[in-house]
Amino acid sequence: MASPPFESWLRPGPSGLYCAPGDFFIDPAGPAPRAVITHGHSDHARAGHAAVLATAETLAIMRLRLGELGQAQALAYGEPLTVKDVTVTLVPAGHILGSAQIVIDYRGQRAVISGDYKRRADPTCDPFELVPCDLFVTEATFGLPVYRHEPDWAEVQKLLASLADFPERTHQIGVYGLGKCQRLIKLIRQAGYDRPIWLHGALRSMTDYYVSRGIDLGDVPNAADAPGKLAGEIVLSPPSALGDRWSRRFADPLSGFASGWMRIRGRVRQRGVELPLIISDHCDWPELIRTVTGTGAREVWVTHGREEALVHELSKRQIVARALRLVGREDDAE
Amino acid sequence: MKAFSQLLDRLTYTPARNAKLMLMRNYFLATPDPDRGYALAALTNGLPISFPLRRVLTEIGASRFDPELFRMSRDDVGDTAETVALIWPVTEAGGDAPRLSEIVAALSKAGRGGHAALLTQWLDRLDATGRWALLKFLGGAPRVGVSARLAKQAVADAFGKSVDDIEELWHGVAPPYTELFAWLEQKAGRPPLAATPIFRPLMLAHPLEEADWQAMNLDDFAAEWKWDGIRIQVAAKGGATRLFSRTGDDIGQSFPELVDQFKFDAVLDGELLVVRNGEVAPFSDLQQRLNRKTVTRAMLTKYPVHVRFYDALEIGGEDLRGLPFTDRRGRLEKWRRQFGPAHSDLSEVLSFASKEELKSRWEATREEGIEGLMLKRRTSPYLAGRPKGHWYKWKRAALTADCVLLYAQKGSGKRSSFYSDYTFGAWTEKDGQAVLVPVGKAYSGFTDEELVQLDRFVRQNTIDRFGPVRSVTPKLVLEIAFDAIQPSTRHKSGIAMRFPRVSRIRWDKPANEADTLETLKGLMSAAG
Repeated sequence: MASPPFESWLRPGPSGLYCAPGDFFIDPAGPAPRAVITHGHSDHARAGHAAVLATAETLAIMRLRLGELGQAQALAYGEPLTVKDVTVTLVPAGHILGSAQIVIDYRGQRAVISGDYKRRADPTCDPFELVPCDLFVTEATFGLPVYRHEPDWAEVQKLLASLADFPERTHQIGVYGLGKCQRLIKLIRQAGYDRPIWLHGALRSMTDYYVSRGIDLGDVPNAADAPGKLAGEIVLSPPSALGDRWSRRFADPLSGFASGWMRIRGRVRQRGVELPLIISDHCDWPELIRTVTGTGAREVWVTHGREEALVHELSKRQIVARALRLVGREDDAE
Repeated sequence: MKAFSQLLDRLTYTPARNAKLMLMRNYFLATPDPDRGYALAALTNGLPISFPLRRVLTEIGASRFDPELFRMSRDDVGDTAETVALIWPVTEAGGDAPRLSEIVAALSKAGRGGHAALLTQWLDRLDATGRWALLKFLGGAPRVGVSARLAKQAVADAFGKSVDDIEELWHGVAPPYTELFAWLEQKAGRPPLAATPIFRPLMLAHPLEEADWQAMNLDDFAAEWKWDGIRIQVAAKGGATRLFSRTGDDIGQSFPELVDQFKFDAVLDGELLVVRNGEVAPFSDLQQRLNRKTVTRAMLTKYPVHVRFYDALEIGGEDLRGLPFTDRRGRLEKWRRQFGPAHSDLSEVLSFASKEELKSRWEATREEGIEGLMLKRRTSPYLAGRPKGHWYKWKRAALTADCVLLYAQKGSGKRSSFYSDYTFGAWTEKDGQAVLVPVGKAYSGFTDEELVQLDRFVRQNTIDRFGPVRSVTPKLVLEIAFDAIQPSTRHKSGIAMRFPRVSRIRWDKPANEADTLETLKGLMSAAG
């Protein structure tokens, strides 16, 4: 007997994916009665849901960002939960602390909604687990073959080499506040750097949360409390504070940016970045292809990013692929 | 290639001059011959190879990449060579990265048909940065924000020499500059000065300040008109003639009629101008002749070039640079009487009875369409660089106009957190409405304190953003000083300002009282 089409029970709509037999939305763009959330980034975890299901870490991150949630239910990785007519299991996505792929089993069919994910090792979160499935829903932030991230350690070495070359300048690195910030600190620590790493105030609460979860990040004081101009020191800030008034307190600041977008020179120039660090929390192109094909899915939906190229490539490989073009996803914030 | 690609990579992202120098210095010290010499050639646009990059990339691309994915990637990246560098598949059968010298050697032997195969195997052996740098290298000018002069400065710094030492040798040595580096490392003697004419570092002038003028005893100085062309050094010897720009670039290719005429044995300093029937044409006419690799017959007739000489560094093999200005001038005049080639004359030495008379001649320069005056100390030798107290340029007084601030953009380096680049406009009428049309851009003229005020104004009055550019409420009037206004087809306003800067911030003046485009156009004819 032919299986029913996936759309009959998993419906892409303007406010996100809706699982009809389980009666819940996944990462909805606006307030929903029942929401399952993949991870804590603001374009996935929004305010105002009546009931939320996510990992304990994602719920904690949401509370830090959004205040009290409605009815919240934590679900550990790998524990199946029956939700009406479907079974929901959360599986590590390797994107940031608490990030999960949502595995939905319904009448012998399995769909995996991966949220945002990456494949390379991240010392601040559980690694991605590949789940064989029939339908794989993927992002395509870096869905073009020009995007191949360099090894993380090589990028951190670039930063340390620049500190040695310019010991009189403050190295101010723009990072996304949740995930990238803490991962970069940990990577710098792993490279043997043990001086303080100074933080912009906006990075404080998430970093403290990571530390409270047992991730040792060393000495991470507030840049605002620094005694001098922090010449030769590393300062992390949100990208928006690069080359802006906040940075005037530092010694001839040299601005860096840790992002997968730093692979493209035009984007580096556009941001006026002197030290581009290609460090991403998303898959690059080879990892996307390897993951999508590795799941064995016969159908693939692409939520956001450079969907066109990924759909083209998968079609060549005889995989049914379609672009969902979900609204509200900010791939440039990476 | 690895060190070279890292160098190019870091140079592109490093705006500060001193930091660029440091990166290059380290490279030249750490890299062996002959690779560093080929790198130096690349940075000074003197690479002895030609590679049909565009054709070869098209040829390779068609067989290597999915055309759809390549097109989408190209659209995302915005640059074909960079796209190829990034999209190139990683292969296992790579091998070591090629050395620059290996690349140059292979290309000198390769025939037209062999280019694609060579490039393919090199790309296979490099990482993404290496592939990008290789394509830059093969494309000729790498455009990494380094002038030929700055690269030479780095070489000089690395080995404790002055850049003028390098310039004096430069046209006598060739890539990969092995003998140059051997001399710099004190492993060999100084390379012989070339039989071909070489560039001699120029003597430059300081702007005349009020205090200089007050202290000046005019008997000590000779005065000349300041000509509005480009500085040129003509170096001719044994039938060979080279024309050098002020930075030592050989620009002879653009001016074949001068190279043909200038057959003598001398190194002369002067101004390159377009002159018709004895009249100096506007600078914009000269611009039509600059930076052209080929020159049509029509261009030769339409924009006839001319050199107005004002100094002699060497005549008949004799170095005159140690002589006082007056003596050099005497030798120049004598040379002129003997040889005086076509397309040239001498810059007149002005005679004047008093300081007052000289000042009144300066005041009349704008009316006469002259850029200003040069004052040269009669006893000064010809000194490389910009020595103090010898030559002064006294530019004609600036014109000013009141314009309205329209857009602002952040600066770079120390100004990277300040909106310090300003686009301003003047009023014009469109469909019966008064509208502001951009007429220029200024980055200087204000104090640090005023910069803070302007930055605050921009932030508090932003009405829109386009990438890095902020559009502001058009209500702040800037008094702009500029040297001249020229017609321009490239600007919507139809005019272009020369050397605009902010002379005053008119916090007091309402925007509707700013100047009109018509007023600015009116200054065009008056300014010459």
